[in-house]
Parts: sequence; structure tokens; C-alpha cells
Amino acid sequence: MTPALDMEAVRKVYKSGGEEVVALDHADLAVGSDEIVALVGPSGSGKTTLCSIAGGILAPTSGRVVVGGDDISGYSARELTEFRREKVGFVFQTVNLVPFLTARENLLVVDEVGRRTGRAARRRGDTLLEELGLADRANNLPGQLSGGQKQRVAIGRALMNDPVLVLFDEPTSALDTKLGEQVVGLIREEMKRRGTAAIIVTHDERITHHADRTAHITDGRIAA
Amino acid sequence: MSIALRELRRRPGRFVVATAIMTLIAILLMFLGGLLDGLTKGNTGAFRAQRADFMVFSATSQDSLVRSRIDPAVRARAERAPGVTAVGGLGSLQIGSRVPGHGPRDLVPVVLFGYELAPRGLPARPPARGEAYADDVLRSEGVRAGTVIRLGPQRTPIRVIGFVNDTEYSGQPTLWGSLGNWRAAQDANRPGSRVGPGVTQALVVRGGTPEAIDRATGATHTLTVDGAIRKLPGVSQQESVFNQIIGVTVVIAVVVVALFFALITVERVALYGVLKAIGASSGTLFAGVLLQAVLVTLAAGAVGAAAALALDAVIPPGGIPFTTSAGRLLASVAFLLVAAVIGCAFSLRRVLRVDPAAAIGGAQ
Repeated sequence: MTPALDMEAVRKVYKSGGEEVVALDHADLAVGSDEIVALVGPSGSGKTTLCSIAGGILAPTSGRVVVGGDDISGYSARELTEFRREKVGFVFQTVNLVPFLTARENLLVVDEVGRRTGRAARRRGDTLLEELGLADRANNLPGQLSGGQKQRVAIGRALMNDPVLVLFDEPTSALDTKLGEQVVGLIREEMKRRGTAAIIVTHDERITHHADRTAHITDGRIAA
Repeated sequence: MSIALRELRRRPGRFVVATAIMTLIAILLMFLGGLLDGLTKGNTGAFRAQRADFMVFSATSQDSLVRSRIDPAVRARAERAPGVTAVGGLGSLQIGSRVPGHGPRDLVPVVLFGYELAPRGLPARPPARGEAYADDVLRSEGVRAGTVIRLGPQRTPIRVIGFVNDTEYSGQPTLWGSLGNWRAAQDANRPGSRVGPGVTQALVVRGGTPEAIDRATGATHTLTVDGAIRKLPGVSQQESVFNQIIGVTVVIAVVVVALFFALITVERVALYGVLKAIGASSGTLFAGVLLQAVLVTLAAGAVGAAAALALDAVIPPGGIPFTTSAGRLLASVAFLLVAAVIGCAFSLRRVLRVDPAAAIGGAQ
């Protein structure tokens, strides 16, 4: 099967105050089509940069990035936007739901920013809310939801476009230990049920047992 | 787009200030436009009512009706100009009048016109000696059909036999009678400006061309009716001043929209970062900003138009020279929409610069 992600010799260099800062240094990472990889590393190790490059938010300075069979290394900004819309899902550290949209509408945002599918998207949104145990909260605004419920809505949003790869950026950092454990358990359950690959970026070693594999990153280098 | 609509619906408080300011600007814009139209209407009605192609003034008059004199010989040459199908004389007398019901010193300014070619709303044959049609505005002075108005120091009697609409001149109501009426009133009340038999102030002409008429007479300056309106004292200047004020008001609207939506865009940077990360293009996000600005402007325009119409309805005839028209209201809304689009354009750069990497803390 086509791997969800295949990164080869990826480098990312930022310019900062006239100096070059190497955020990723010849990083190699492959993620199977239904594999869950925990990417663990200290702050500033390059895990967020790797996640951003894998999700088409940042372009690598050099190297090759293939997601779901598509080599996105040379994509233009416009192509990357379309790629993100159709191929990947994101769950952000601070959840970042649209505050004036209901749980259901937050899922449908993914459809509204792209080529609209209308009824099919609404059906998919309702199904996801049902599967995530949020059917009775579909019409609640984020402000009316608990932290765990918001996280589940964010997971639903990430799954709306049926992605080949979902990127979770510190999904438990804003949650207490118990809730964090539940959320990561839920992530595993949902990913495995759909056969979707995921990278969970975290600095919390305690949640790595939910992943199939753990990759450690230090100073921009990956030690699998 | 629907995200922007939902934000408007669910967070109306966010847009109240901008809508309120835009509404005040819309009211100001429509009030200024209504005043300009009202003043222009009151100054130009007599000329706009002319059913003719051209107005002919004496060459030395600087296109002023009061200064112009056309004698019968010049008129005869104008009638023979190529293409001319009809020629009528026109004379005017601006004078104070005594209207029954008013005190002896309470003069009502009027303009008595003598005509041959009937303007809009008047019968082809001018009224008999001593009779005239009155502009509707004179109703507000208590004038009715049958009222006898006395003109000038000689109290020349004119009996009103009917009314005509929108024929004011220089902001004054008009009376429309025969050229004989005009000459009699002019000679009696302005002995220093008597006019001889057959003399008129101007000619109204159907057919021909200005060049042909002026060439034929050798002593005239011919203008289109619109051209003659623009030459009326103060009309162009008034229009220019009002349009400048309207222009400044539109610029203020641009600044209001620019500031407000720039502020809103700054507040939304994090949200835009997330939306870009999940695949929204800058164009989609900017379209949402634009839609909100347009809807805020349309709401402001609707309230402004309602206020202008209400004002027009409550102002009595002869009061403030204010008039509304669909064209003016739509033009005002169009100006505001253009201002909204220009104002929003200042937010475009900020939307373009939002980095989706910021959504996952990856911006460096």
C-alpha cells in the first residue's frame, strides 16, 4: 500500500537576524497508510516544523516529501492550499474552533473553504459527530462545550475531508492527565477504525503507548 | 462566505459601531444629495420644462436671460435657419407679488414667464391677458385657482387659472402667461427695462443646430437646454461645491471601512491562520471580509434611504429645498459600496500575509 508519508533528507533552514537556523536536518520519516506515529522531542527540536512540512503548511528547503503518493516538495502556495484542503487533517494545540460556529458548522467549514459537496458533507459531518459521541452537541457553540468535547470536534474537523494523514499538534497539552489519556485513546480508536495514518506531535512520553511507533527528534534530526 | 454571514448574524454587536457610523455617513450623503437636487430643481425647473432642443440668447448677454434681448428681426432670421421647425419667444420677470391672505408688506417673490412654445404641463395656447398658470409651490402660499396675484409696485393683477408642477426658477415659484402678459408687467413695473413690441429675452427652438442658428442670426449664442441650465447663475458652482462635500464624505466612508475592517482582520489573524491551514485560500477569506463590508454598507444605505424618504415626506412644499429620487439614493448607496470595497482593500494585504504555520506554532 502507498505510505501515508515518506520524507527523505528533508532540510528546513530559517533565516533569523542574518543567520541561518537549521530546524530540520536531513530528516527521514516514513508513516504507513494506517500507522500512528508519535513524534516526541523537546521544545525547539523541530517537531512542529516537521509536522508543518508534512502537512503542506511549510515548504522544505531541500529534500523530498511524498504524502499519499503525491510529491509535494515542489508545490506552489496555491497547490499546497489545495493539498491541505483535500489530503491532510490538522488538530491544533489550542483546538482553534471557530467560536461563532456550532460544532456541526465547525466540521462543515472544511467543505465551505473548498469545493462544496453540500449534502454529502452534511451527511459526513453528522456521521462524524455521531461517531465521536457529539450528536447531542451538534448545535452547541464551542463556548458551550467542555475541553474534551472541543477536542473531539477538532478531531471531527480533521477527518471531514477523509484525509490520508492527520497531524495532531500537542493534542493533550491543554488537557489534564486523565482527559489527555482519554483523548489520545479516542484518537487511536478513530484513526484505526478508519485506517487513517496519524502523526501525534508531543513532548509527553506518557501518551506514546497509544502510538504504533515513536520517533524521537532532537536538533532537527530524527532517531526512529 | 457563509462563515462571514454567520458571524454577522451571531455576533452583530461586533459590527454595530461600523454600521452606526456608516449609517450616519449614508444619511449625511443622502441629505447632501437631496439638498443639491432640491436646490437644482428649484433653480432650473423653468428651463427643464422647456420642450425644445435649444435656447437662444443675444450674443452679448453672456447667456443670461435677464440681460438677453432678441428683437423681431433676429427672431425672423432664427426661424429661417436650416433645420429649425419651431421657434417661440420667452420672457421672464422676477418680482415681488402680493398674495391674498398675506400682509401688505409680506411680498411673495415670483417669476412671471411669458411663453409661446408651451413648456411641459402647459397648454399649447398661452392663457389670455391677465391670466396665468402658477407653479404648485405657490399653493403653500395659499394660492388657489381663481386667486388674483398682484405683481410689483404697480400691483399688476394676474389671475391664477391652474397649476403646473416643477417649474421653479432661481429658487422662486413661477407664473406662466402669454408674452403679452409678460411685456405688460415688465413695462408697468420696470419702466427702465421696457421691451418693445415683438422683443423677447430668449428664444426656444426646435430643430436645427446651434451653429446654424447663430450663423443665421449673426447676433445670438445658442445653447442646448442642458447647456442653458448649466449657465444659470450659481447652478454649476452649487453643484461643484456639493459634489466636493459629497466626495469628502465618501472618502470618510473609505477611512471608516478601512480602519474598522483592518482592526477586525488583525483580531482574526489566528482564526485566519487556522482556516488557511485547513485549506482556505486568501481569496476566500478576503471575500468574506468584503461580503461583511458590503452587507454593513447596504444596511447603512437602507437606513439612510429610509431617513431621506421620511425627511422628504415631512418637509412641506416651499420649505427646505430637499428632494429625493431613486437615482440619487441608489447613487449614494453605490458610492458607499465603492467606498466599502476600497476600504476593504486595505485589509487584503493583511489577509494575504497571514501565515497558516502560525496555527500550529510553526511560524519562524
